[in-house]
Amino acid sequence: MLQDRKIRVIVAKPGLDGHDRGAKVLARALRDAGMEVIYTGLHQTPAQIVETVVQEDPDVLCLSILSGAHNELFPRVMTVLKEKGIDDVLVMAGGVIPDDDIEGLRRLGIEGFYGPGSKLQDIIDYIKSHLKR
Amino acid sequence: MDIDGLVERMRQGDRRATSRLISLAEGDIAAARAISTRLFKDTGKAYIIGVTGAPGSGKSTLVNQIISLLAKRGKRVGVVCVDPTSPFSGGALLGDRIRMKEDYPPGQVFIRSMASRGKLGGVARATKDTVSILDASGVDLVIVETVGVGQNEIDVYTLAYTTLVLLAPGMGDEIQAFKAGIMETSDIYVVNKADHDGADQLVGEIESMLDLAETIELEHGEDHVVVEVRKQAKAGWRPPICKTNALTGDGVEALWAAIEAHRSHLVNSGEMARKNRSKYRQEIIDILREKFALHVEEALDLTKNGDLPALLDEVAARKQDPYTVSDGIGKKIADAFKS
Repeated sequence: MLQDRKIRVIVAKPGLDGHDRGAKVLARALRDAGMEVIYTGLHQTPAQIVETVVQEDPDVLCLSILSGAHNELFPRVMTVLKEKGIDDVLVMAGGVIPDDDIEGLRRLGIEGFYGPGSKLQDIIDYIKSHLKR
Repeated sequence: MDIDGLVERMRQGDRRATSRLISLAEGDIAAARAISTRLFKDTGKAYIIGVTGAPGSGKSTLVNQIISLLAKRGKRVGVVCVDPTSPFSGGALLGDRIRMKEDYPPGQVFIRSMASRGKLGGVARATKDTVSILDASGVDLVIVETVGVGQNEIDVYTLAYTTLVLLAPGMGDEIQAFKAGIMETSDIYVVNKADHDGADQLVGEIESMLDLAETIELEHGEDHVVVEVRKQAKAGWRPPICKTNALTGDGVEALWAAIEAHRSHLVNSGEMARKNRSKYRQEIIDILREKFALHVEEALDLTKNGDLPALLDEVAARKQDPYTVSDGIGKKIADAFKS
């Protein structure tokens, strides 16, 4: 095996949100799909998340939030990513995000949205077909 | 992506370039080689520390404390954390960062999670390349945290200058389980979770193990294991035992003092030169083995070598034996190896 290309994914929990069952289930599912998953743990600031992206060089950043602060925290994550010139990472979102908010977040560059009831296989398929590099 | 360009950007302090270089080295042996040959002259400046021990002994939490201490002293630190790859899915859950959530000034700490990708021995194939890249990027120290180990995962010992073996009380007969393998690789023993019952007893057990090893050495000097111990004794370094509580940070200052003492010992005793020789010897062995393994895989790839199935059928029919067949293949590989 000369080439050993693995999809690297960061699963991050921004803000003051103690609920990470979903993030852990997702991390496990992506692992079982053959990906390398870096889980940041809880209570990450946007700056910390982007710093992790800089150091870990992932293909995908999955943001999970259930606190309702997505319109506050996600734009900040996207702004800091832009400041660092990071534009080749697929950014996805999960948790509780009302349908009405999705369009605005999409405009910021967040692409896949998977709330409660999503099928894990759908998320895996989406990642595999939307990688940016 | 262009490696020269990335190397140039890394030299100018672009950490994303450092990160990309690590990914490239991890994904592709040819890229690892290209990067290593370009960067090698810039390496050798960082002091490399290995941290190993059983799963749950507190490696990541302790590493976090060491980073924190070093950052306060203005040091730049690189960290490589290795976690196991699933043998079933090929995926991995890299969770060491969860213990390393403190904020540091930009550029001071660089933590990279890495999956073992099927490599046994406690570190990944690309761990040594990653250490070199971080070294060349200008950090003062690189800490390598292995996967949670059992007995025989000792690769970090040749990679690092100072190897810490972590133990925690309450893990039963662990001292027995460890003593033949990684227990010998330790430059410093760390009894973590020192606030738990049994910590002092564990310290006592390690002390008596070290005493016993020295006694045995006098009696059976020819035995391989014992010779290694005698070397250590001759070199004048008896591994100290440091008690820590990685959650609170208790004992971490003393541990750092022990690491610095070991470093001085290596430099002053001339052991450093010996360590470097064995380190690079091992690295060259690994590179050659890997290169050879690729040729073996290539030569025995059923999809690429049309006459292979017939050859294997001959073996199954007892017309040829596996040793003779492998001699023939070996000669072909040797020719391919030269080119």
